[in-house]
Amino acid sequence: MEKELKVAALRNGTVIDHIPADKLYKVVSILHLDTCEHQITIGNNLDSAKVGKKGIIKISDRAFEEDETNKIALIAPNAKINIIRDYLVVEKRPLTLPAEIKEIVQCANPNCITNNQPVTTRFHVQFHDEEVMLKCHYCEREVQRDKVKIK
Amino acid sequence: MELVRQLTNIWCHIMKNNSLVSISDYSKEEILAILDSAADFEANPNRKTLDGKVIATLFFEPSTRTRLSFETAVVRLGGSIIGFSDAATSSSSKGETLNDTILMVSCYADAIVMRHPLEGAARFASEVAPVPIVNAGDGSNQHPSQTLLDLYSILKTQGTLENLTICLVGDLKYGRTVHSLIMAMSHFHPTFKFIAPDELKMPDEYKVFCDKNNIAYTEANELTDNFNDSDILYMTRVQKERFQDLMEYERVKNVYTLKNDMLANSKPNLRILHPLPRVTEIDPDVDSNEKAYYFRQAQNGLYVRQAIMSKVLNQK
Repeated sequence: MEKELKVAALRNGTVIDHIPADKLYKVVSILHLDTCEHQITIGNNLDSAKVGKKGIIKISDRAFEEDETNKIALIAPNAKINIIRDYLVVEKRPLTLPAEIKEIVQCANPNCITNNQPVTTRFHVQFHDEEVMLKCHYCEREVQRDKVKIK
Repeated sequence: MELVRQLTNIWCHIMKNNSLVSISDYSKEEILAILDSAADFEANPNRKTLDGKVIATLFFEPSTRTRLSFETAVVRLGGSIIGFSDAATSSSSKGETLNDTILMVSCYADAIVMRHPLEGAARFASEVAPVPIVNAGDGSNQHPSQTLLDLYSILKTQGTLENLTICLVGDLKYGRTVHSLIMAMSHFHPTFKFIAPDELKMPDEYKVFCDKNNIAYTEANELTDNFNDSDILYMTRVQKERFQDLMEYERVKNVYTLKNDMLANSKPNLRILHPLPRVTEIDPDVDSNEKAYYFRQAQNGLYVRQAIMSKVLNQK
């Protein structure tokens, strides 16, 4: 079957592929793409053999730093980051959960200072056997990775 | 001027690091040093180590016992107290943020002792304040001075902190004192017995903590004589407000009433601790038993808080 190019090729920039379709707009929010002035192509609900329905984001003329892209590791750990130069993939970057996650996660504890005062959230990423837990830097409560609330 | 600014920043940084927010801020050596220092203050409680210092006690929620203990410690050390004992009398009632209150008070005081109903408030304050913060309780999170006075009481009554069996009874789910005690005792190879109703049993994260630190523990629902091989019986209040079903509360509240005759087969060195206030969990007939230690435990709080305030202000 002939392959159909559904999203235009990128000359320079960053491609974020294999985003689960239901996480695409969270990724847009985490990377602040809603206020980004570069050309952006967003595709969603594309067929994917790996994840069923996937999203893809192409940002022209901007190579994201590793600490920026790692922010999405929490919600889309299997997304693929490709840095493009002159239509070629010059870097395939694996996503790594950072040791500390700032801003993007909301603490699940309603009595936490971060939910009641203008305080930026901070979470420490911890591993309990196979399980990834996030510990609030302030109220010290832990929450499982798949139960975190993204702001 | 630049040199002065840099020195001020360095000084602020050093002082910030002296904050006591969580018991996990202190290493085993620092905990033992505090307990040593507390023993010195018990022998001589009126040393003027804080002469000329101003300490702010900011109690955004009332706590008579803890506030009086800290204030007595400061006064006996020759320091002066400013502050408030109820948020209604502070600017927070007008909508001032904690950030602004802390920065304002830092202009006047050499250290701040604070209690706040929001969890994490003390950690946040320690990050914005140029003076040390001592956490006197942040919601149901941490109360490190209580933990240190518990350790001091255990050390005084047992002669050691090593290899003790400690029975924790009551509200093990929400009780911050028992959670902090587990973390602090983890340095000293304890064995724990957790006795609580199912609704208030020890949360999994603390059992995982015990597993990771090779700390043995058992769990039970009934108090009865489950503590007969224990060195410390640490009672806590079963909090009525935590129960959705008040019938359930009525059922369990009497299960956790310690009576004098229940102590008949306990070890001679057993001592009963309680962070107070108690309601029904220790019958008054226990008070006259030599194993009842909870009022002396409260008195130990004074010496421990003298040690804490001297440490955070680098005063020997």
